[in-house]
Amino acid sequence: MGTLGLEHYLLLSALLFGIGVIGVLVRRNVIMVLMCLELIFNAANINLVAVSRFRPDLAGQIFTIFTITVAAAEAAIGLGLVIALYRHVQTVNVDEIHVLRG
Amino acid sequence: MIDLFWLIPLVPLVGVVINGLFAKRFIGSENFTGWLASGLMLIAFFIGAGAFLGLAELPPEQRHIEIELYDWIPAGLAHMNTADAGVESARFTIPFGFQLDPLSALMVLIITGVGFLIHVYAIGYMKHDPPDPGFYRFFTYLNLFASFMLILVLGNSYAMMFIGWEGVGLCSYLLIGYYYTKKSAGDAGKKAFVANRVGDAAFLLAMFATFFTFGTLDYDGVFAGAAQHYEVGAPLITMITLLWFIGATGKSAQIPLFVWLPDAMEGPTPVSALIHAATMVTAGVYMVVRSNVLYSLSPFTMTVVAVIGAATALMAATIAMVQNDIKRVLAYSTISQLGYMFLACGVGAYAVGVFHLMTHAFFKALLFMAAGSVMHALHGELDMWKMGNVRKYMPITHRTFMVGTLAIAGVPGLAGFFSKDEILWYAWSGPNGHPLLWAVGTLVAGLTAFYMMRMFLVTFYGESRMDPHVESHAHENPPMMTYPLIVLAILSVLGGYVGIPANLRIGPLATLHNNFDLMTWLEPVAGGHAGAGGGDQAEADTEEHAAIESVPLDDVGFARVAEVIPAEVALAPVLQDEEHAEDHTALEWTLMLISVAVALAGMGLAYVIYIGNPKMATTLQQRFSGLHRLLFNKYKVDELYDALFINRAKDLGVGLWAFDDGVVDGVVNGAASSTMQAADASTEFDERVVDGAVNGVGYTLWSGSGGLRALQTGFVQNYALIIVIGMVALLSAYFFGF
Repeated sequence: MGTLGLEHYLLLSALLFGIGVIGVLVRRNVIMVLMCLELIFNAANINLVAVSRFRPDLAGQIFTIFTITVAAAEAAIGLGLVIALYRHVQTVNVDEIHVLRG
Repeated sequence: MIDLFWLIPLVPLVGVVINGLFAKRFIGSENFTGWLASGLMLIAFFIGAGAFLGLAELPPEQRHIEIELYDWIPAGLAHMNTADAGVESARFTIPFGFQLDPLSALMVLIITGVGFLIHVYAIGYMKHDPPDPGFYRFFTYLNLFASFMLILVLGNSYAMMFIGWEGVGLCSYLLIGYYYTKKSAGDAGKKAFVANRVGDAAFLLAMFATFFTFGTLDYDGVFAGAAQHYEVGAPLITMITLLWFIGATGKSAQIPLFVWLPDAMEGPTPVSALIHAATMVTAGVYMVVRSNVLYSLSPFTMTVVAVIGAATALMAATIAMVQNDIKRVLAYSTISQLGYMFLACGVGAYAVGVFHLMTHAFFKALLFMAAGSVMHALHGELDMWKMGNVRKYMPITHRTFMVGTLAIAGVPGLAGFFSKDEILWYAWSGPNGHPLLWAVGTLVAGLTAFYMMRMFLVTFYGESRMDPHVESHAHENPPMMTYPLIVLAILSVLGGYVGIPANLRIGPLATLHNNFDLMTWLEPVAGGHAGAGGGDQAEADTEEHAAIESVPLDDVGFARVAEVIPAEVALAPVLQDEEHAEDHTALEWTLMLISVAVALAGMGLAYVIYIGNPKMATTLQQRFSGLHRLLFNKYKVDELYDALFINRAKDLGVGLWAFDDGVVDGVVNGAASSTMQAADASTEFDERVVDGAVNGVGYTLWSGSGGLRALQTGFVQNYALIIVIGMVALLSAYFFGF
C-alpha cells in the first residue's frame, strides 16, 4: 500500500455520500434522516478538505469550517422542526407524516 | 275704529288658539274658557259697532271701505272671457282683503251680537255634572265658527266668501257631530257635510265661471263688469247666478238640499241657535243679496229664487205643523223662514230679505235657546207631548218663548210682523212680484202662526204630561241662560222698528223711520228696490246700468275696478209719484190686514184645537190620517233621496267592489301566480343549467386531477428518491454523453 492519495479521500467521500443518500431514502425515523443528511454534508466537506490538501490552496479548508458552522445551525433548526413536528403529530415516523398528499 | 274693522274676524281666533290649544291642559277652568270665548265675541261686537257707527257718519255713497292685507293667491296668467274681446289673459291674483259696507256691517252686528248672547247662554247650557270633557272643544269650535262667519260677510271677493263658506260648513259639521259617541249625531254631521258639498260644488263652478267671465273675483270688479258688459237676461249671468243659488240652497237649506238641517238638531242647542238658525244658514241669503247686481240681470234666476223660496217656505211649514220634537219644529220653521228670505230676494226686495234675516236671527235664536232651556230643565226631553204646563216651573222661559212665538207669528208690533209684512208686500208688488207668491207667503204666515202656537201651547199650557221623576226636577235655569233670553226677547220686540212699512210711517213711527231705516241703510249695497214698488223697477235698473260710463281698462285688459264705487253700480231708488203712492198705500193696508188676520186665525185655530178642545187634535189626525202621515214623514224626501241617490251610490260602490274583486284582484292575482311560475322555471334553469355548468367544470377538474394527484404522495422520501434519480440521470447524461 503506498501513501494515501486524493482518490482515497474521494472514495471515502463517495462512500459516505452513498450511505447518507441510502439512509435518507430508507430510514423511517426523522432523526435518522437528519443524521444521514449530516453524512451527505460531511462527504462534501471531506471532498473540500481533500482537494484543498492536494492543491496548494487553503481556501477549501477555510470554507469547510464555515460549512461545518452552518451545518451545526442547520442541524439545530432541523431538530427544532422535528420537536415541533413531534408535538403536532406525536410521531417521528416519516411514513405517518403525509399531510401534503394530494 | 272703522279702520280696524279687519280685526273683527281675527278676534275670535284668539279664543280658538287659547281654548283649543292651551285651556284644557294648562288652565282647566270651564268658566275661564266660556267667558273668554264670550268676551272675545263682545270685543268683536264693540269693534263692529264702532265700525257701524263710523260708517253711518260717512255720506251714503262713501260707505265702502276696503282693506287688502296681502296677496293671498298671486298666481300667473289665466284665461278669461270678455264680452267683446273674446278669450284673453288676465292675471289671477286674489288679495286677502276685507270690505266694510252697510250690508257687511249689519251682518257683523248680528253675528257678534246674537253670537255673544248665545255664547253666554252656552256657558250655562254646556255645564254638566260630571263636567263634559268636550267643553273646551265646544267653545273652540264656536269661536272658530264665528271667525269664519265674519270672514264670510267681511270678505271683499267671492274667494274670501268661499273661505268663510267652507269654514262655517266645517264648524257646522264639527258641532252637529259634537256628541260623536252618538251614532245619530255622527250621521247627521256627515249628512250636513255631504249636502253642503253638493252646494259647494256649484259654488265653485260659479266662481270659475265668474273669473272666466270677469277676470276677477272681487265684488266691485265683478259687479262693475256685469253692469258694463251684460244686458238683462244674458245667459252667462243666468248660469252663474243659478249656480250660486244652488250653492245657497245647500248652505241655507232650501229645496232640494234642505234635508240636512232637521237632522242638524242633533247638535247641542246653542249650536242650533247660532249656526242653524241665526247665522250660518243665512249665508246663502247674504250671498244672494251681495250679488244682487248679478241677480237683477237675470229675471229667470230671480223667478227661480222666488219660487224655490216660496215652495220651501210652504213645504217646511206644513211639515212643521205635525212634528212633535220641539227642536225639529224649530228646524222646519227655520227652513220655512229662510224660504221667506229667498222669496224676498227673488222678487227683488233684497234689503227686505236682510231685514227678515235680522229679525229672524233675533226671534229664532230666542226660540231655540228657550227650547233648549226647557230641554235642559226636563232632562233632555224633546217631545212636546211629554211636556205640558211647563210655565209653572219656568216663568222666564215661558214669557220669552211667548215673545218669540208672537214675533215669528207676525203679531203686529213685534219684529216678525214688520219684516214678514214687508216680504209679503214685495211678493205682491216687487219687481218680480206675483199675487200667487203673495198668496203662498200669506198661507205660510198662517201656517207659521199655527204651528208655533201649537208648540207653545202644548209645551207650556194644558195638563202636565211630564214623567213624574222629570217633573220633580223641573226648574228655571240659572241667570246665565235666562238673561240672554230676555235680551233677545227685547230685540224680538224692538228689532222690527228699523224697517217700518210705508203705510205705517205716521206719527212717532215716521220720526223713527226718518232717524234710521234699514232699507235706506242698505240701499248702497242692496239697491233701491226696497224704497219703491212696481214692476217698472227692473227697467229703470237696466237703464241705470246702461248709463254707467265705460270703466277704464288697464294695460292687462280688464277693468280697473277699484275706481268704481259700488254705489254707482248699485241701483238708485226710483221716485214714485204721489198718486201712485196713494194707490199703493191702500193696497198695502189691505195686504197687511189680510196677513195679520191670517196669522191671528192660525193662532186662534191652534188655541181651539190644542187647548179649547184637546180631543179635536186626535180626531183631526185620524180623519186626515193619510195627509198627517205624509207630513209627519216629511214628504218622505229622505227616503226619496235614499232611493234616488244614496242607494244608487251604494250600488255603484258595490259594483265597483265587484269590479275590484273580480277584475282588479284577478289581474293582480294572475300577475302574482304567473310571476311565481316564471320564478319556478327560473329556479329550474338555475339548478339544472347554471349549477350544472358550474358543477360540471368542478367535476371535470376533479376527475382530471386524479392522476396528477397521485404524484403528490406526501412522503418526503419519495421526493428525495425522485431527486436522487433525477441527479443520477443528469450525471449519467453528463458522463456518458447521452
